[in-house]
Amino acid sequence: MPRTLYEKLVDQHVVATIDDSHVLLYVDFHVMNEYTSPQAFAGLHSAHRPVRRPRAHLAVVDHVNPTRPITDLSQIEDAGGRLQIETLSANCARHGIQLFDLFDPRQGIEHVVVPENGFAWPGMVIACGDSHTTTYGAFGALAFGIGTSEIEHVLATQTLVYKVLKPMQVRIDGALPTGTSAKDIVMAFVERVGAAGASGFAVEFTGTTIDALSVEARMTLCNMAVEAGARAALIAPDQKVFDDLAGRPQAPKGAALADALRDWQDLRSDPDAAFARVVEIDTRAIAPLVTWGTSPDQSAPITARIPAPQGAGDQRALDYMGLDAGQPLDSIAIDRAFIGSCTNARIEDLRRAAAILDGRTVADGVTAIVVPGSKQVRAMAEAEGLDAIFKAAGFDWRGAGCSMCLAMNDDVAASGERCASSTNRNFEGRQGRGARTHLMSPEMVAAAAVTGTLTDVRTLMKATP
Amino acid sequence: MTPFTTVTGVAAALPTPNIDTDVIMPKQFLKRIDRAGLAIGAFHDLRFDTDGQTRPDFVLNRAPYNQAKFLICGDNFGCGSSREYAVWGLQQLGIRAIIAPSISGIFFGNCEKNGLLAITLPPGDVDLLMAHADTPRTALMTIDLDAQTITAGPLRIGFDIPAARKALLLSGADHIQQTLDRAATITEFEAKQAATRHWLWARG
Repeated sequence: MPRTLYEKLVDQHVVATIDDSHVLLYVDFHVMNEYTSPQAFAGLHSAHRPVRRPRAHLAVVDHVNPTRPITDLSQIEDAGGRLQIETLSANCARHGIQLFDLFDPRQGIEHVVVPENGFAWPGMVIACGDSHTTTYGAFGALAFGIGTSEIEHVLATQTLVYKVLKPMQVRIDGALPTGTSAKDIVMAFVERVGAAGASGFAVEFTGTTIDALSVEARMTLCNMAVEAGARAALIAPDQKVFDDLAGRPQAPKGAALADALRDWQDLRSDPDAAFARVVEIDTRAIAPLVTWGTSPDQSAPITARIPAPQGAGDQRALDYMGLDAGQPLDSIAIDRAFIGSCTNARIEDLRRAAAILDGRTVADGVTAIVVPGSKQVRAMAEAEGLDAIFKAAGFDWRGAGCSMCLAMNDDVAASGERCASSTNRNFEGRQGRGARTHLMSPEMVAAAAVTGTLTDVRTLMKATP
Repeated sequence: MTPFTTVTGVAAALPTPNIDTDVIMPKQFLKRIDRAGLAIGAFHDLRFDTDGQTRPDFVLNRAPYNQAKFLICGDNFGCGSSREYAVWGLQQLGIRAIIAPSISGIFFGNCEKNGLLAITLPPGDVDLLMAHADTPRTALMTIDLDAQTITAGPLRIGFDIPAARKALLLSGADHIQQTLDRAATITEFEAKQAATRHWLWARG
């Protein structure tokens, strides 16, 4: 019987069948951070259970750390965050788990660090205590976020009790219009199906647009699919993925790689495989998008006006955002610009933003920061001279971490401040209590930063600075 | 975890769709290594103004809903961040069950693992329960997990739940121990995978 890629990945990892809708699923690789793992280790310790397979885990510090330079943990003023970092370190030492701590040159946002070091391979099941784990679907891995109790379950058993999803195909064909990128594709998808539209589904992105995307762009796409409720996002691995993996430190090598490559050829949906739902998106309809509300599905093209509210939820969102229906999106003035996050802080993201900023400066009254996704991304950007462009434009050039994507560290927007942000969630209070977030691509954030207003990046691409 | 058998209590309606876990448990309450002290954080910015004063406009601040054990919610409740702190905080606030037309995947799993009963119902049934909850006089409900029913006055609504999850919630059993009881099967799977997809074991 023909199967989808998702079904193949599940089948390869079923340890036991539990009931009609649940299986015991084997987890090949598990990633942890400092803020969702402490209670999992505490539970393990109080039950006197060992970690079943210590080499199948990686821990990374990313959520609570400051992005200003420090040389010692004692310089972190936030006692709770410091304790979480110290606790992760102690837990990893106790169980022999690999840790990229704050001072490791490989430290950064977990979903940037894992692929960049070659930990994510096609055909793997990868779990992590963070909802944006869907990122690794770009490699043809079945990857998903879990809670703390499930982290404890993976540590103890290397498995999860897993609810099998329905496969959804999202078919996207055609060339991406100028000024748009993977962020606009995924925002268009989320807007189309809604914040719960892919709930209960595993999404597979297919089509000529996807084929043409770089591996990094595919990560952006899979990363943010969770904002439509998808517990898994997948792209069938192709030669681009295999080439990207080759030579990364943790990727398989030699004969192991040769055998893996033969196996990975089958990681695609069979031609006649049935999907429970098919969504088609025409790239000709994709324009640079920005959100106007407090849910990632509340977005519109930058050239549009804020739509009339469809119900109480929309009106509540507009009230929170301090906006009115009918207002042109490109008339909205900003206070802050943030480039960062596991969605959009890889080297290609920084290059596209820098291309807009080159020769321009941040508008008066706008505070702009760029937080590279990892120390390695930061070093690469510095080698290319991108840091000089950001700094000359007036952006603060920071260290790596999640930073103002969720504002668990000291990078917080004040109440009422409006932020153009290359992140993934515009929830109430996400970037600070009362802070107003507009999601968009990093190049659109750069455009907003220099004009001081949400701006169609295409107008700056045509103009000479 | 605390078993869930039959619970009677006040239900509060939270009709706004897409209530995310950032709203349920804001970031400033996530800087800890234990599960305690989270009741204050649950719906913090909705319950308290910036001066820390109680906001009378929020349903859980008004009697009888300040004693609520059940939340009747809008679509996609618990979306967003995986933070299990959201579930711990709701439980510490006294919430025993969430009822909604849809509940976000990771949050749903987190509820299950902690004995917070998460029920999805057709939108029409949720609307009926919300109408009951909206009137203090009819807001008292009983959820009988074994019978799989929600009773509110004369209204009686059934709900579906997979047998394995129901058994776990009724008993409050240790979900990790249940899997560890299958350790031999896991070992067997690992041996097979190490033979057929050996590269997955290159790191040990």
